[in-house]
Amino acid sequence: MSWLTQIRKSIPFGRKRESADNLWVKCPNCSEMLFARDYEENLFVCPRCDHHGRVGADTRLAQILDPGYELLPEPSVAEDPLKFRDSKKYADRIKAARAKSPHQDAFQVALGAIEGHKAIVGVQDFTFMGGSMGMAVGQAFVNGAKRALEEECAYIVFTAAGGARMQEGILSLMQMPKATVMTRRLKEAGLPYIVVLTDPTTGGVTASYAMLGDIHIAEPGALIGFAGQRVIQDTIRESLPEGFQRAEYLHKHGMVDMVVERKSLRATLARLLDYLHPAQAA
Amino acid sequence: MISYLEFEKPVAALESRIAELRAAAEGDDVDISNELERLEEKSADLLASIYGSLTPWQKTQVARHPMRPHFRDFVAYIFDDFMPLGGDRYYAEDEAIVGGLARLGDRRVMLIGHEKGHDTESRLRHNFGMGKPEGYRKAIRLMEMAGRFGLPVVTLVDTSGAFPGVEAEERGQAEAIARSTEACLALPVPMVATIVGEGGSGGAVALASAERVLMLEHAVYSVISPEGCASILWRTAEKAPEAAEAMKVTARDLLKLGVIDRIVNEPVGGAHRDPRAAAGALRDAIGEELDKLLRMSPESLLRLREDRFLGIGDNTKARRRAR
Repeated sequence: MSWLTQIRKSIPFGRKRESADNLWVKCPNCSEMLFARDYEENLFVCPRCDHHGRVGADTRLAQILDPGYELLPEPSVAEDPLKFRDSKKYADRIKAARAKSPHQDAFQVALGAIEGHKAIVGVQDFTFMGGSMGMAVGQAFVNGAKRALEEECAYIVFTAAGGARMQEGILSLMQMPKATVMTRRLKEAGLPYIVVLTDPTTGGVTASYAMLGDIHIAEPGALIGFAGQRVIQDTIRESLPEGFQRAEYLHKHGMVDMVVERKSLRATLARLLDYLHPAQAA
Repeated sequence: MISYLEFEKPVAALESRIAELRAAAEGDDVDISNELERLEEKSADLLASIYGSLTPWQKTQVARHPMRPHFRDFVAYIFDDFMPLGGDRYYAEDEAIVGGLARLGDRRVMLIGHEKGHDTESRLRHNFGMGKPEGYRKAIRLMEMAGRFGLPVVTLVDTSGAFPGVEAEERGQAEAIARSTEACLALPVPMVATIVGEGGSGGAVALASAERVLMLEHAVYSVISPEGCASILWRTAEKAPEAAEAMKVTARDLLKLGVIDRIVNEPVGGAHRDPRAAAGALRDAIGEELDKLLRMSPESLLRLREDRFLGIGDNTKARRRAR
């Protein structure tokens, strides 16, 4: 806490009920002060600069699915399999993350409909340990795909991750082939697998299920890549081009089908499902 | 000339003493054979004891040893014939990933692997074993061909990771790795992968999503380099030894976790002390695994491979695949 915040906190304010903190939010991109309710109504997109803010799993599901969707239970996996410890114990880090989240890990799956088209929607949640992919994330992805196979409906996955969960070591790496087993099964079953790449999607997540969709949609400005920008700069000593690893750059280089604004996402997905899997109109 | 690692210094001292004595004894009448024998025995014991209890970080250094046998050495010592095939048909020939048709005894196989190079010129040419998208796309092409012609796929994994560069990202490094992993999982023929040196992250998985994964005794396999892990979690790369320990990167740890299926022992003092012997043991192991798999139908191979990866980290069944 800086000295300024300490002083500010020590100054008593008259009305505590609705503090400025929850009434206003600052756009992380253009720093415009936004009325929180307007920002939320605008799907957490800045009305001034169009910056697409990061949203959690529940918010995303509510934005995309028709009301009345069902959240599926989170998988049970071995916890802290390596008994990992850096400056802190992994067991404590995950406990802290759970205390701040309504969920147990970084991937949520729901069964619902998008404008009447039945779908399984998986959302990776960057707010939970940077969305990092460990066994719980991998198993949740697998469970979502299994459910889509059972329901014979599309699987739509919103990716967001800083990469693999290092504290699970090699077991996090093994989630790459594991998830890929399921994308192959969806393909064989003729079910659409649609990936929506959101900010940021990097590392092993990008190098597995995020790049294996029938359709790749990216949110404007989303950072999407394999190697981290600092790693590239450090090891290669190249200056990075303008807009490098952003959604628009990936579109230009042929890695995503389209860059779609958040306000049009739901309709875009419904339209795609109408083309790829019309029989499933519920 | 062998180049010694930091922890091999005591052995280095003994071995240089032995060399000195031998040189001095030349043309001399004094019989020092007893002394020499004693020193050689001591040196061998010391080497065995050091290599019998290497830390994960020391193993990482052995796995990265400049004299460690690489792809071309294994080709020479293991395979009876090798016809390299080049190019991804889209963009370029990436020499970080080498592949082609090979004979292992009377078995015809598709051999694919990373090549790090052995001197400055070849290291640059092979980009230190760091594959670019075109390298992984070549691997995909060769795997698909292997499937069509009924050739089992043998891979030798040895990379610090896929190349982190602007052009690689531009051409879809992530997509190429993902598709290569997918190509492994789709093979209707047997696939045996061996981590022979460094198994670095996605760049390794792309060639190691096999139903049988072997590992040389002192090879390492991890989600990120110990230095990378340390600089993120400890905020300094100097904690790499701790990170290597915490991440469980050694063959023995990975066998316990069910991530690999078999450890192939190296000669005492590491594969670089006797590449031919190291390759001989690997040749036998790959041959045995292939012969078991060659009896299986394409459907059973696919199922075996899928179950292997779906089972990793599955809490409901404690997997023990050790035979």
